Amino acid sequence: MAAPWLSLRLVAPMWNGTRGIHRLGGAVVPEGNQKKERTMLQFLTNHFYDVEALRGYLLQREMSKVHMKNRFRDKEWIRPDKYGHFSPEFWNFREVPVEAVDASDCEINYEGLDNLLLLKELQSLSLQRCPHVDDWCLSRLYPLADSLQELSLAGCPRVSERGLACLHHLQNLRRLDISDLPAVSNPGLTQILVEEMLPNCKVVGVDWAEGLKLGPEEQPQDTASPALA
Amino acid sequence: VAHTGRTVGRLGEGDWDGKVSEIKKKIKSILPGTSCDLLPDTSHLPPEHSDVVIVGGGVLGLSVAYWLKKLESRRGGIRVLVVERDYTYSQASTGLSVGGICQQFSLPENIQLSLFSASFLRNINEYLAVTNAPPLDLQFNPSGYLLLASEKDAAAMESNVKVQKQEGAKVCLMSPDQLRNKFPWISTEGVALASYGMENEGWFDPWCLLQGLRQKVESMGVFFCQGEVTRFVSSSQRMLTTDDEMVILKRIHEVHVKMDHSLEYQPVECSIVINAAGAWSAQIAALAGIGKGPPGTLQGTKLPVEPRKRYVYVWHCPQGPGLETPLVADTSGAYFRREGLGSNYLGGRSPIEEEEPDPENLEVDHDFFQEKVWPHLALRVPAFETLKVQTAWAGYYDYNTFDQNGVVGPHPLVVNMYFATGFSGHGLQQAPGVGRAVAEMILEGSFQTIDLSPFLFNRFYLGEKTQENNTM
Repeated sequence: MAAPWLSLRLVAPMWNGTRGIHRLGGAVVPEGNQKKERTMLQFLTNHFYDVEALRGYLLQREMSKVHMKNRFRDKEWIRPDKYGHFSPEFWNFREVPVEAVDASDCEINYEGLDNLLLLKELQSLSLQRCPHVDDWCLSRLYPLADSLQELSLAGCPRVSERGLACLHHLQNLRRLDISDLPAVSNPGLTQILVEEMLPNCKVVGVDWAEGLKLGPEEQPQDTASPALA
Repeated sequence: VAHTGRTVGRLGEGDWDGKVSEIKKKIKSILPGTSCDLLPDTSHLPPEHSDVVIVGGGVLGLSVAYWLKKLESRRGGIRVLVVERDYTYSQASTGLSVGGICQQFSLPENIQLSLFSASFLRNINEYLAVTNAPPLDLQFNPSGYLLLASEKDAAAMESNVKVQKQEGAKVCLMSPDQLRNKFPWISTEGVALASYGMENEGWFDPWCLLQGLRQKVESMGVFFCQGEVTRFVSSSQRMLTTDDEMVILKRIHEVHVKMDHSLEYQPVECSIVINAAGAWSAQIAALAGIGKGPPGTLQGTKLPVEPRKRYVYVWHCPQGPGLETPLVADTSGAYFRREGLGSNYLGGRSPIEEEEPDPENLEVDHDFFQEKVWPHLALRVPAFETLKVQTAWAGYYDYNTFDQNGVVGPHPLVVNMYFATGFSGHGLQQAPGVGRAVAEMILEGSFQTIDLSPFLFNRFYLGEKTQENNTM
C-alpha cells in the first residue's frame, strides 16, 4: 500500500524587492528530505505500516512547523484596549523576533534608539518624519547591519549628508529612502555618493538631475522675448 | 531770569543775540543736572575687581568660564573676566584646528574626557541655549577615526582598544583583510592591525563651538576684555613643611591688563587666575614667577608648554575615497579626512623632532607636503597619487614637551593659578570635560566627575610622566 509521496519544501521568506514593510513573511512553501533517505524510506513504507505511520507523523511535524512560522498571516493587529493595556496573551509572543518597526512621526531620540538596537532580526525600519532623529542617531544604527534590509528616513528634518555617511555599515540594506531631507545641502550629489557607498542597495527619493543647471542650448524657448545668443 | 528771546528795545542796541547765547551758556553751566565730563571714559577697560581672571579666550578658556557660571551655587555668585589678546583669533589654535574628536587614547582619563565631550556636543543646544538665538549647527560628521598600526605597534593598539572598550568607547579592531573589504580604496601594505571608532567619533566645526560658547558665556554675565596680561602682582608667605623645609607660597592679587595699541593698563584685583593661554601659556606662567629658581627644585620647574607649528593642507582628488571615509591616521603619522561633498580632503602629518618648523610665524611650508606628507598618503591610498593641493594653513599646538598631555589644576607654589593648557593637539576635543574639571576644582576643591589628578603640575617636578601613546 503506497502512501502518497508528498514532497515538502520549507523555505524562509525570500526578499522580493517590490514588497513593503507590511507584506513580509509572505508565502512559505514546504521543502524536501535528502535523496538517499527518501528512496530507503519509500521502499520501507511500501512494505511496512509502522514506517508509514512514522512518515505520516514526521510529515505532520514539518507541517506544524510551517504553520508556526506563518501564524500571524491574516491576523488582526494586536492593539491596546481602551485603558491602554495589552491583553496578557501578548506576553506569549516574547520569543517572536520583531522583523519590522514603523516609527514614522514618532518622537524617538538618541537615547530611545537603545530599544530598537536590541532587535537582532530587524529587517525593516521606518523613521519617516521623526523630528528628533539626527546625524548622531544614524551613527548608532550599525548593530542592525546583519539583518536590516530596508530603511526609510524620508522627511526627517535633522538628517544631513553627514549622517548618511554612517549608513555604509548596513551592507545588507537593499532599499533606502532619502527623499525630502531638508537638511541635506545638495540632494542630487548626495544621492550619487550614497549610491556609490552602498552598491547593493536601491536608493530612492532624489532625482540625481536635481540641482543641475540646463546648458545654453537646452534653455526652454521663451516666446515673449526675442531669442538671445 | 525768564528770558523770552525778544529783543527789548529798552536795553539798547548792540550784539543782543551774542549776549543771549552767552547768557544761555552761563545758565546751563550753573544749573544742576548738566553733563559732567570730570571722569574719563573707561568702558573699554576691564572691571577693577573680578573673582576669577581667565587668561586666554579660546575654547578652553571659554569652557572654564561656562562651567564656572553653570556650577556656581548662587546666580551671579562669581564674577568672571576673560582676557583675550586677539579678538580676531587669527593665531588661536581653536579656529585653525581640524576639529576632530575621538576616544582612541591609551589613558582612561583622556577617553572619559572625550566621551563626555561627545555627549556635550551631541546635546549642545541644551547646554548652550541662549534665548532668541538660533540653534547651533556643529556640522558634525559621525564618520569615526581609523587608526592604522604596523607590526611593531599592533600589540600596543590591542591593549589600548581593550582599555577604550572598558571605558565605554565603541571601538573595534580590524584585520588587513577586513580593512580591504570595508574600504577598498586603502592599501594595507605594512598594516598589521587597525582600530575603527564606530560612534561618538568624527569631526565638527570648531568656530561654531567657539561662537556658541562665546554667546552663551556672555549671556551668563561673564566679562570680556581685549587686552594682554603683562604683570602679576602677588604676595608671598613663608611656610615650613613637615620636614622643616622653607617653602615660599605665592598668591596673585592683581592682574595688570594692558590695552591694545596703547600703554594704558588696568590693574584687576582678583582671587583666582586661570592660565588658558594655549601656545603662550609658558609666558604667562613665567610672569607669575613659575620656573624662577634653581633647576631641579619645585620653584625652578618651568611649565613645559611651547608652541609647535603644524600644517594642514586641503587638496582635491576626484577619484578619492567616498562618503564613508573616516579620519584615517596612517602608520607614518600622516592623516587625512574628507571635507564636504566635492571630493576635497584635508590632512597633514606631525613632523619628527628634528624637523620641527620654527614657530615664529604661521607661514606654510609647501615643500613639507611634497616631501613628507604626499608620499605616505599616496602609499596608503593609491587614488591620492593624482591629487591637487588647493590651499593650506598652519596653526599652533600648545605642545607639552614633557609628556604631550594636558596640565590641569593648581600650581603647588603659586596657589591661586590654575592651568588648563598643554593639550598638544587634542585640546579642542577635551575642552568641555577639562572646563568642567577646573570649575569643580575651584568651586568644590577637588575633581568630582572625572579625576584628572594625573594631569596636575606636580608631575613635572616629580618626573612622573603621564604618557599618551596615541598622539597624532
